[in-house]
Amino acid sequence: MTIETQAPRATGPDFGITPSQTIGPFFAYALTPRAYGGPELATEQVAGDGVEGERIRIEGVVYDGDGVPVGDAMIEIWQADAQGRFNAAGNAGFTGFGRAEVTAEGAFHFDTIRPGAVAGSDGSFQAPHLSVSVFARGILVRLATRIYLSDEPTNAEDPVLALVPADRRDTLIAQRDDGGIFRFDIRLQGESETVFFEA
Amino acid sequence: MSLIYPRDGLKAHPLNASPAYGSTQKRAPLKPLILLPHTLSETTGPVFGDVGVTAGDADLTRQHGGEPLGERIIVSGRVLDEDGRPVPHTLVEIWQANAGGRYVHVRDQHPAPLDPNFTGAGRALTDADGRYRFVTVKPGAYPWRNHHNAWRPAHIHFSLFGPSFLSRVITQMYFPGDPLFKYDPIFQSVTDERARERLVSRFDLGTTEPEWALGYQFDIVLRGRHATPLEEPHDH
Repeated sequence: MTIETQAPRATGPDFGITPSQTIGPFFAYALTPRAYGGPELATEQVAGDGVEGERIRIEGVVYDGDGVPVGDAMIEIWQADAQGRFNAAGNAGFTGFGRAEVTAEGAFHFDTIRPGAVAGSDGSFQAPHLSVSVFARGILVRLATRIYLSDEPTNAEDPVLALVPADRRDTLIAQRDDGGIFRFDIRLQGESETVFFEA
Repeated sequence: MSLIYPRDGLKAHPLNASPAYGSTQKRAPLKPLILLPHTLSETTGPVFGDVGVTAGDADLTRQHGGEPLGERIIVSGRVLDEDGRPVPHTLVEIWQANAGGRYVHVRDQHPAPLDPNFTGAGRALTDADGRYRFVTVKPGAYPWRNHHNAWRPAHIHFSLFGPSFLSRVITQMYFPGDPLFKYDPIFQSVTDERARERLVSRFDLGTTEPEWALGYQFDIVLRGRHATPLEEPHDH
């Protein structure tokens, strides 16, 4: 029998993760600096002209627990390309990453392409979706959610939607309106609170 | 290289429902979070290796015609994963108030002067060893309306991506020994003392440059561990 000895790390480095803190109200001149003339890392325009795929527009409003629009949030999206690929080499004009500051009325939008289906964790396929991060004053840890699209028949078999109680699933599904725009409002609290994930 | 993302480390984060920070009260979700499996959608993320970050972006004291007022400082450190391994070529975005505690943001109404020579926004890519380095001025403390006589301790906001959607984080770096720590509900929202200490930079004489600027070290640990091959279970 061998005895393994492990010296206690009294003063060694601590590799616990760095805790999150709020983005605060004053991020725009650095992260979404269009009005300040600064360089924009990414915008609401997620797909350039030559990118393959069906163009879609997603619009929404962020609301707080009183139903009041949140006028100082930042929304980021991350998505696959039309073929379900992430970071595909050679897909010029498409990174899959978008970033938007909401308006004073809490509104945001993204112009992008419909993502393809993506492999799930167990060999299954996931319905087309976009991953979303919500940051704002009063949010200490970014909120992670997903946008699914109402006209996708495979939503019914999606393994992640299946984890969500049936009566809350609709909060993750952007509804296509008569003009073809997908509506996706984000409710931080309340009866129809958006489903957020521990990612 | 594929990473694995244990959830244990998430305990270091504050709870969104931290009522002493008043803005959380109508904005923190109240329903339970749904545990999300880690699929390709989560284990991938944007790559900004060719985003066009220039060396000047990391020097916030040289973005205007003259030098900003305030105490010139160097803030540098490493971006690491939970195994302590460097996260190379990842984007670090920062923003901060000026030396008087005033943000350039149009909605900041704190009656302290703006500095025409200071915007307070910067970005950098980590090098092959995960190192970054900014030159800036020390931000001032500033009042806010969370409670009577509320003041934020001096801080610099940090935004990082790391290798995936799961490693994405926005945080704040503080300065050692700030007397405002114990009164600040945002800093105190991190309830674990050791985790809270990870938000505080360390004064470092080695980073300090003689006759020029004080130096602070701030290492950032992102989610993720290097996946290691599992040994097949076998009987003895």
